[in-house]
Amino acid sequence: MSREQILNAAVMLALVAFPLWAWATDEPFLITLTTKAAILALAGVGLNIALGLGGLVSLGHAAFFGIGGYAMGVLASHAQLYDPILETPFLIEGTKSMPIIWLVAITASGLAALAIGALSLRTSGVYFIMITLAFGQMLYFFAISWPAYGGEDGLSIYVRNDFPGLNTLDPIQFYVIVLALLAAVLFLTSRLAKSSFGLALNAARQSPMRVETVGISPYRLRLIAFTISGMITGLAGALFADLNRFVSPTMLSWQTSGEIMVFVIIGGVARLFGPVVGAMLFILLEHLLGGLSDYWHVYLGVLLLLIVLFARGGVIGSLAGRGKAHD
Amino acid sequence: MTEPILQTIGITKSFGALQASQDISIDLRPGEIHALIGPNGAGKSTLIKQIAGGLRPDAGKVLFRGEDVTPLGTAERARRGLARTFQISALAMEDTVLQNALLGAMGAGGTAFRFLRPALAQRDLRAVAENALELVGLSAHAATPTFELSHGQRRQLEVAVALTLAPKAFVMDEPMAGLGFEGSKNLTGFLDGLRHTAPILLVEHDMDAVFALADRVSVLVYGRIIATGTVEEIRNDPDVRVAYLGEDA
Amino acid sequence: MSLILFAEQVLNGLQLGVMLFLMAAGLTLVFGVMGLINLAHGSLFMIGAFAAAAVAGATGSFLLALMAALAAAAAAGALVELVVIRRLYNRDHLDQVLATFALILIFSEGTRWVFGSFPLFLNIPDYLAGPVTLPGGIQYPFYRLTLILIGLAVALGLFLLISRTRLGIQIRAGENDREMIAALGINISGLYTIVFALGAALAGLAGALVGAIQSVQVGMGEPVLILAFVVIVIGGIGSIKGALVGSILVGLTDTLGGLLLPELFRQFMDSSAASSAGSALASMLIYILMAAVLIVRPTGLFGAKA
Repeated sequence: MSREQILNAAVMLALVAFPLWAWATDEPFLITLTTKAAILALAGVGLNIALGLGGLVSLGHAAFFGIGGYAMGVLASHAQLYDPILETPFLIEGTKSMPIIWLVAITASGLAALAIGALSLRTSGVYFIMITLAFGQMLYFFAISWPAYGGEDGLSIYVRNDFPGLNTLDPIQFYVIVLALLAAVLFLTSRLAKSSFGLALNAARQSPMRVETVGISPYRLRLIAFTISGMITGLAGALFADLNRFVSPTMLSWQTSGEIMVFVIIGGVARLFGPVVGAMLFILLEHLLGGLSDYWHVYLGVLLLLIVLFARGGVIGSLAGRGKAHD
Repeated sequence: MTEPILQTIGITKSFGALQASQDISIDLRPGEIHALIGPNGAGKSTLIKQIAGGLRPDAGKVLFRGEDVTPLGTAERARRGLARTFQISALAMEDTVLQNALLGAMGAGGTAFRFLRPALAQRDLRAVAENALELVGLSAHAATPTFELSHGQRRQLEVAVALTLAPKAFVMDEPMAGLGFEGSKNLTGFLDGLRHTAPILLVEHDMDAVFALADRVSVLVYGRIIATGTVEEIRNDPDVRVAYLGEDA
Repeated sequence: MSLILFAEQVLNGLQLGVMLFLMAAGLTLVFGVMGLINLAHGSLFMIGAFAAAAVAGATGSFLLALMAALAAAAAAGALVELVVIRRLYNRDHLDQVLATFALILIFSEGTRWVFGSFPLFLNIPDYLAGPVTLPGGIQYPFYRLTLILIGLAVALGLFLLISRTRLGIQIRAGENDREMIAALGINISGLYTIVFALGAALAGLAGALVGAIQSVQVGMGEPVLILAFVVIVIGGIGSIKGALVGSILVGLTDTLGGLLLPELFRQFMDSSAASSAGSALASMLIYILMAAVLIVRPTGLFGAKA
């Protein structure tokens, strides 16, 4: 095993052991904190496919996170009011079933990523950054000015949604669901990175001309990667809204995009577990520094600045050393 | 006379006031090496881009195996069997030599969009890639990261990637550039045999290599082909001597 | 809808447009000359507004407040350039995004630390308060009219600066060929600091001017920054002319869309549904404009071919 694999195993072990310990010592708050970290990690794993593997600096991933959140909010709010979403031409009702909500969240955010990606990927570099940021802001303003689902105030859900056979209101049981999804997505992502598609996408990041001269369209590779990336971040959004039983335009804001990117970088971009380590650290910092000062974002800013200027490669890069994340 | 595999008919391209290609008609026939020479700024790169895709001519056509490929992009021409190598190596430097070769095999087989099976575990792809590495003599370096290769080895890898496409024609942009005497000699020997796999349109500055390899030579000066012929004919062509070879002599 | 209301909204659109231009001009200059994407440009806008509000509060002079805004933003810009930004010129865009995002965090929270979370207010001076009557009988706030004039004057000044002065020649040389300006013996790092400070001063000026018609608070800069990005995508990176045209287009589209779309929807919907659907769509209109430009000209209206 490489050092990085040992590190990954240790992180996974911590994600299992720490909440179990918190459960045994009756600290539900710590379980919820870990749940939050795992959900943010999932959002970051999504972004990492575009950013790390594809080299696509998307500053608009809050769009997909928020769409996932609103998919949950809309479906569950209709269900709790017994008010169908659509009656004509056919009946569509809300639902409190998590698996259905996840499917809707993944589909909706995937379609949005496909549309935004199709337009943004016509450009590259700085244009791409500004355009993804702008499209994210578009959805943010749309959510604020569309009054049907709470507008600026957002949408609250009374009870967490259902999962067959589990009591989702019990923090540890909800955490099990989140961890299982995170593990499944991590597994699929590691397969994706090693697949033909992953190889081609990674090569398109390094040398688009090379990929094109062997008959593969970099645009298609990137669009598919961007869509998959959006789908995963959308799933995370649905879970995040379910965790808080609340969704609001904040999930769609540019700060959210920035924060997801920040912890992916802090953890280690293009590393399989980079977003996981980054999200855990982010939550830890928020908790520790947030307790120290109301203005903890200043420290976060300074830390980020130092990492960017002097410690490229993030935490995993520093601990596991140089070398590639996916071989 | 055999049908040409690759042919340009009256290609014209200008950038503002600069006429980069003026009514260029050249062809590439089976089994030959056709060298394209000319002083710097003559428009060789512009012509190559129009042939390989990536730049649309203002007028004229590119025919490949009888088909008009002018409206097609680089990727589509590559899928039809037109293999290109670059003057400055355009390889995925972080990847291994084998991964770079696999990329070509994936493009040729149209299998880049497989999402879960590890690329290295696909026997069909590996066979194609390893075979190409074998042909250029890079088998021993299959697991080496590309950035560790020497300049000459990168050139060999460029050719190997092109080979994985099972190409019907090669377009090579200065493959000898930056190679030492020994490297040039080796590559010259290799290209000499390669012409029987598929014909080569060779853009090259190294006159020793051109004169050793080329069946025919075309001379491009100021966006215009001023002569096409055998090495002997070109050497003795008075226009060429004035316009081009004279500068070197 | 009356013609007067429409004319008033056109002026509002122009006013938004010229303020966006002050932001976009700096961003596009910095990108054109140094190849840097600066997310913290919105922070400089905020710094200008806070400096103006603080000085106006202390002295009661609006003119002093404007000068303080220019000075504070330029100084902050120069300082940031010297300490952080110049380490980023040779980095990739991802590093630039992250480092300038970090600067936003530092500036925003730092400002909150110093000034607290409550918004400050910057009053319009008496001599600019109240409406004026324009030809055609349009009553329009004098202050907003002044903003339009200041914006246009700055735009003109910027064009003259770039086309006529020594600094302008250096800037244009920097946009075309970085090695050339080194070869000409121009002090590049000095030039970069000046360009960055100039862009910062323009952003600070915009912040101070806009601060008098909205509240001065932390986070006020970023929405404007993102609008300025939309402007640049539409106008083309590196082009001052593109920034001007893009700004006016975005300003007018945003303002008139908010007015006309609910009106349009009322033709075939009931009134309340029309105003909510209309305003929701209006909020997306400039982004739809951006998407349309992207489809037709991916490098923007005045952008160079990539």
